[in-house]
Amino acid sequence: MSEKGEKIICRCNDVTLEEIEALIDQGVTDIETIKRLLRVGMGPCQGRTCIPMIISIIARKTGKKPDEIKLPTTRIPVRPVPAGVLVGEMDEE
Amino acid sequence: MRLSEHPILNFERIRGKEVTIYFEGKPIKAHEGETIAMALYAAGVKTFQHSIEKHRPRGLFCAIGKCSSCLMKVNGIPNVRTCITLVEEGMQIERQKEKPMLPKTMKPPKWKEPQRIEADVVVIGGGPAGMMAAINASDAGAKVVLLDENPMLGGQLVKQTHKFFGKREQFAGVRGIKIAEILQEELKKRNVEIFLETSALMLLQNGEEKLVVGVKKNKELVEFKGKTVVVATGAMERMIPFENNDLPGVYGAGAIQTLMNTYGVKPGDRVLIVGAGNVGLILAYQLYQAGVKVEAIVEAMPKIGGYFVHAAKVRRLGIPILTRHTILRAEGNEKVERAIVAQLDEKWNVIPGTEKVFDVDVIALAVGLRPSIELLHQVGCQIKYVPELGGHVVIRDSRMETTVKGIFVAGDSAGIEEATTAMLEGKIAGIGAALIAGVASSEWLKKIEEAQKELEVFRSGPFGRKVLEGLKKVVVK
Repeated sequence: MSEKGEKIICRCNDVTLEEIEALIDQGVTDIETIKRLLRVGMGPCQGRTCIPMIISIIARKTGKKPDEIKLPTTRIPVRPVPAGVLVGEMDEE
Repeated sequence: MRLSEHPILNFERIRGKEVTIYFEGKPIKAHEGETIAMALYAAGVKTFQHSIEKHRPRGLFCAIGKCSSCLMKVNGIPNVRTCITLVEEGMQIERQKEKPMLPKTMKPPKWKEPQRIEADVVVIGGGPAGMMAAINASDAGAKVVLLDENPMLGGQLVKQTHKFFGKREQFAGVRGIKIAEILQEELKKRNVEIFLETSALMLLQNGEEKLVVGVKKNKELVEFKGKTVVVATGAMERMIPFENNDLPGVYGAGAIQTLMNTYGVKPGDRVLIVGAGNVGLILAYQLYQAGVKVEAIVEAMPKIGGYFVHAAKVRRLGIPILTRHTILRAEGNEKVERAIVAQLDEKWNVIPGTEKVFDVDVIALAVGLRPSIELLHQVGCQIKYVPELGGHVVIRDSRMETTVKGIFVAGDSAGIEEATTAMLEGKIAGIGAALIAGVASSEWLKKIEEAQKELEVFRSGPFGRKVLEGLKKVVVK
């Protein structure tokens, strides 16, 4: 595997630099849409690893300033949590 | 491998009773007080999962519960953050290989009413900023509760073996680990309720009232109701794109410090450090203290970013610092065996033919930090991109109150700086939060002013210039 040498941007969903660059080349330059198409930032870490790199990639490829690139919405819960903690089974009666 | 001798640290102190955990069915000896990830690493397990789509091996990365790299199946439950989950006798641990499923045979748990805690000030994060916020809010008359998702207080102080700069009242000459102990003692003296191993999942508002919903030990829901909240959630290590940047052995600098300085686990034998800022330089020295060889430090900038004293120390150890160099590729089967670096020209392009190979088993990334603002962003605080402060940060006033009334910020989550400034910001935010909660007298305004002056003095040096530029963009009033 070391010969292939992928550059992983999103670890949670295995998204590479190439895939993100290809999408930007097609004209998709906002994180929210990239997120919907490639699922970056939608894994257990909620974008903590990939989003800063994606901002840099968009800035480099489009010439936009990083402060013109909108962060995707942060939604709750901001940490991974088993669903059973939030919604347990109720008694039947 | 566990470290037993260290010039500064004594690990026997933190290693509790011996317990047995099971990795893929095989017994492993561990100690109470260790996290699962640390115990596995000490036993030679460096691959914690295979990624869900491409089945690539993954190991640690941040080691403070923020990335997803160490998620494993623990006692049948997938996606457990093993870097912040403590070992327990008989624990069954498995690598995740595909999209994890919840066990089909297990019944859903019964709904349990959450534990409900009420306070004037809720502090999220028990690092230098959070601890100082809690101490000062308490002194100002507030009932304070503090939560942190790590098993111990201190944040990143618990891994800092070097002595601090500054003034005597800012702990100059004291090692970070000692400062963490002092602040913990201070917290104990006050009536601050502390919840460890408790992650904040969301920050909600009902009128003026704030609600922090947390989960304790990944099992129990806890609700923290407060009049005001201080968010001191720190930062996360940055990753950079290079070939095989996800191979086990590529770790954040902080993760390496967690391994060797907090838990006494040897990270590897030969290390390449990427980044010659203060973090990279200090890490090089700490690795040397732990008996690990640092082959080189590479830095993409034409100049070393860190303080001269740190760079001089590293140079004296004979560690080469290669400026205008970058990492191209990590190589190895299942784990890092080599690092390929190359020189950069003035336009940041790789100069062909300058490739160098380092036979290393660890690549340490010290390429900067990014403020952890998720809770602040989620609750609706206004944010702004400020490169001088490490990325997106929240707009706030000189008392560290954000654009959402009653929500304060302090430390690295307010902008990347250092522990000394984090402590001062924590003090300001803690008192500010007590004032807005309506429990502190106006005399405390003086204490805020004092801390503001101390901050000003600390930032007046050449290294504060960048931070001051950044602060101009986000501090209103």
